[in-house]
Amino acid sequence: MPGILVFGEMNQGELASVTGELIAVARTLSVETGDEVEVALQSDSVGDAAEECISLGADKAYRVESALLSEPQIDAHLEAFTQVVSQTQPSIVLIGRTPIGRDVGPRLAFRLGVAVAQDCVEVSIDSDSGRVVATRPVYGGNALSRVSFAGDDTQVVLVRPKAFEALEPDAGRSGEVEDFPISLDESAIKARLVETVTQQAEGVRLEDATIVISGGRGLGGPEPFDELRSLSDALGGALGASRAACDAGWIDHSHQVGLTGKTITPDLYITVGISGASQHMAGCSASKNIVAINRDEDANIFKSATYGVVGDWNRVLPSFIETVRELRDS
Amino acid sequence: MPLNIVVCAKQVVDPETPASAFRIDPEAKRVLPAAGIPPVVNGFDENAVEAALQLKESVGADVTVVSVGSGFVMDVMKKPLSMGADNLILVDDPAVEELDAFATANALAEAIRKIGEFDLVLCGRQASDWDNSMVPLGVAELLGLPCVTLAQKIDVEDDGIVVQRALTDGYEVVKAPLPAVVTVSNELGEPRYPTLRGIMMAGRKSPTVWSASELDLDEASLSPKLSLEDLYVPVSDQQCEFIEGEDEVEAGRNLALKLREARLI
Ligand SMILES: Cc1cc2nc3c(=O)[nH]c(=O)nc-3n(C[C@H](O)[C@H](O)[C@H](O)COP(=O)(O)OP(=O)(O)OC[C@H]3O[C@@H](n4cnc5c(N)ncnc54)[C@H](O)[C@@H]3O)c2cc1C
Ligand SMILES: Nc1ncnc2c1ncn2[C@@H]1O[C@H](COP(=O)(O)O)[C@@H](O)[C@H]1O
Repeated sequence: MPGILVFGEMNQGELASVTGELIAVARTLSVETGDEVEVALQSDSVGDAAEECISLGADKAYRVESALLSEPQIDAHLEAFTQVVSQTQPSIVLIGRTPIGRDVGPRLAFRLGVAVAQDCVEVSIDSDSGRVVATRPVYGGNALSRVSFAGDDTQVVLVRPKAFEALEPDAGRSGEVEDFPISLDESAIKARLVETVTQQAEGVRLEDATIVISGGRGLGGPEPFDELRSLSDALGGALGASRAACDAGWIDHSHQVGLTGKTITPDLYITVGISGASQHMAGCSASKNIVAINRDEDANIFKSATYGVVGDWNRVLPSFIETVRELRDS
Repeated sequence: MPLNIVVCAKQVVDPETPASAFRIDPEAKRVLPAAGIPPVVNGFDENAVEAALQLKESVGADVTVVSVGSGFVMDVMKKPLSMGADNLILVDDPAVEELDAFATANALAEAIRKIGEFDLVLCGRQASDWDNSMVPLGVAELLGLPCVTLAQKIDVEDDGIVVQRALTDGYEVVKAPLPAVVTVSNELGEPRYPTLRGIMMAGRKSPTVWSASELDLDEASLSPKLSLEDLYVPVSDQQCEFIEGEDEVEAGRNLALKLREARLI
């Protein structure tokens, strides 16, 4: 029986959260297709992550182990995963649009000569054809497109991280864990990962923060970011920025929120001097409440905001910050 | 020996088109160009041109820009030439308009084969129309080359390249042999502005134009793999509550009070 195969990812020995999300998607699809949910975990040592996949809803977890898979070497992971796909012949392959998945997914599809749907935020099965239908943002988030797979080839679906929620882990779920032997040697690796340099800002991670304060081009320079930083510190939040502010060199790119930056999902997202371009909103539209301070009442950001102040941040921000501090201290 | 660099560049709808001017033809499932807003060279492809020109300056290179599409606006597509690229090849044919990633990769790979000598193929990280970030991986697969994506820095060393690959929290250092495909991200830095001299030189150059039939492409390689069922603008029912005050100072204060009342801070 063909399965729905998930490209499993691990970070420093731990199961990556995106893999739980993909298993949940696969579970939903399997209700329609009747397929098994399988996960290929590729690492030098998979350990308990395989059992974790079962508790998150997989029917089968493959341990694909090789010393060459210890790091996110794309060529090695691509070669290993191609072997798993060729041998298991899944009907659907689910891959997260992560730093490694975004390369492995399309390249796998090109290698197999099959179709691939990119960056999907909704995935379902067409009841007539039994084939995948997926929705994805395009044109920087200005539009949504719905695509369907024809034919009967393997369907490769790249899923946007955080667009779906993982199931609650349940140790009572049963499934099989199998070793999956592959043949992999150095010759598979052409582009070699030699070093990873992490530039993680101190404090709360932007992606995990419940409060995020972001600044944009409207701030006019790097200095006002100090004020936003002190505000985010006071609120226990994280500091974000638009691409325009990052490209200007006012703040490091690791703070960028948006289509080509980070995806955030805070309860409160406060933007200052950000116009709300669709590519920015692509990374923050899942925020529960958006607050905008912008002097242009027609700015796009107000279309997504719960609360807004039309005004010059030079005058709005100091009294806002002061009152926030008073409220916090009282 | 100078490097032969091919830069793949796409003409796209200006991504800075304000959301209010963004229109779709739902029947044709196409985005309609906004009146008075000309298309642009995909922004990340300008970053790729910049990367090529930096290599031209540091190690010497011959830079050929290639684009697949139809309805090219010559003033737009000549921008890489005015920035300093040496050659421009347009695969200009209604048959290759609005291809999917597969077909585009096939057409580009064939065009690059026809160009013949190349050491490095530079692309943008994604085209700002369909935001696919797939074509370069397809080109690499079809040409049997390594592909390094999201470059923020490219150095040539010995017989290979060293690429800093931008991640959201830092970067990876990746080494690859040449020839290779590399996709470039905006972290590489702002593309240079064309100089007056560059614009004049570009004005005198005419692009080489190929039709699809001049490339070794069969119908299967140009037919879409996915079918587009729907293209639409998402609707939001969000209503913004504007917080006011006597003046902006008071509005700032009232905003804080409002957020406290809503238990958000
Ligand atoms: C493919 C692609 C990917 C992209 N990815 C991203 C991404 O990941 N993240 C991202 O952010 N962008 C991204 N962009 C860029 C995006 O299109 C916008 O250009 C960018 O978000 C604009 O940043 P901004 O809002 O800071 O600047 P602007 O659009 O210039 O807006 C500045 C705002 O500040 C306001 N302002 C000015 N002065 C004041 C003042 N004194 N007081 C109050 N308000 C003031 C103005 O009214 C204006 O609304 C991408 C673009 C493309 C093409
Ligand atoms: N029609 C095209 N002509 C030339 N280059 C293209 C074309 N389509 C895509 N590319 C290149 O591939 C990159 C990624 O495109 P995409 O996969 O469509 O997001 C672009 O930034 C270009 O460098």
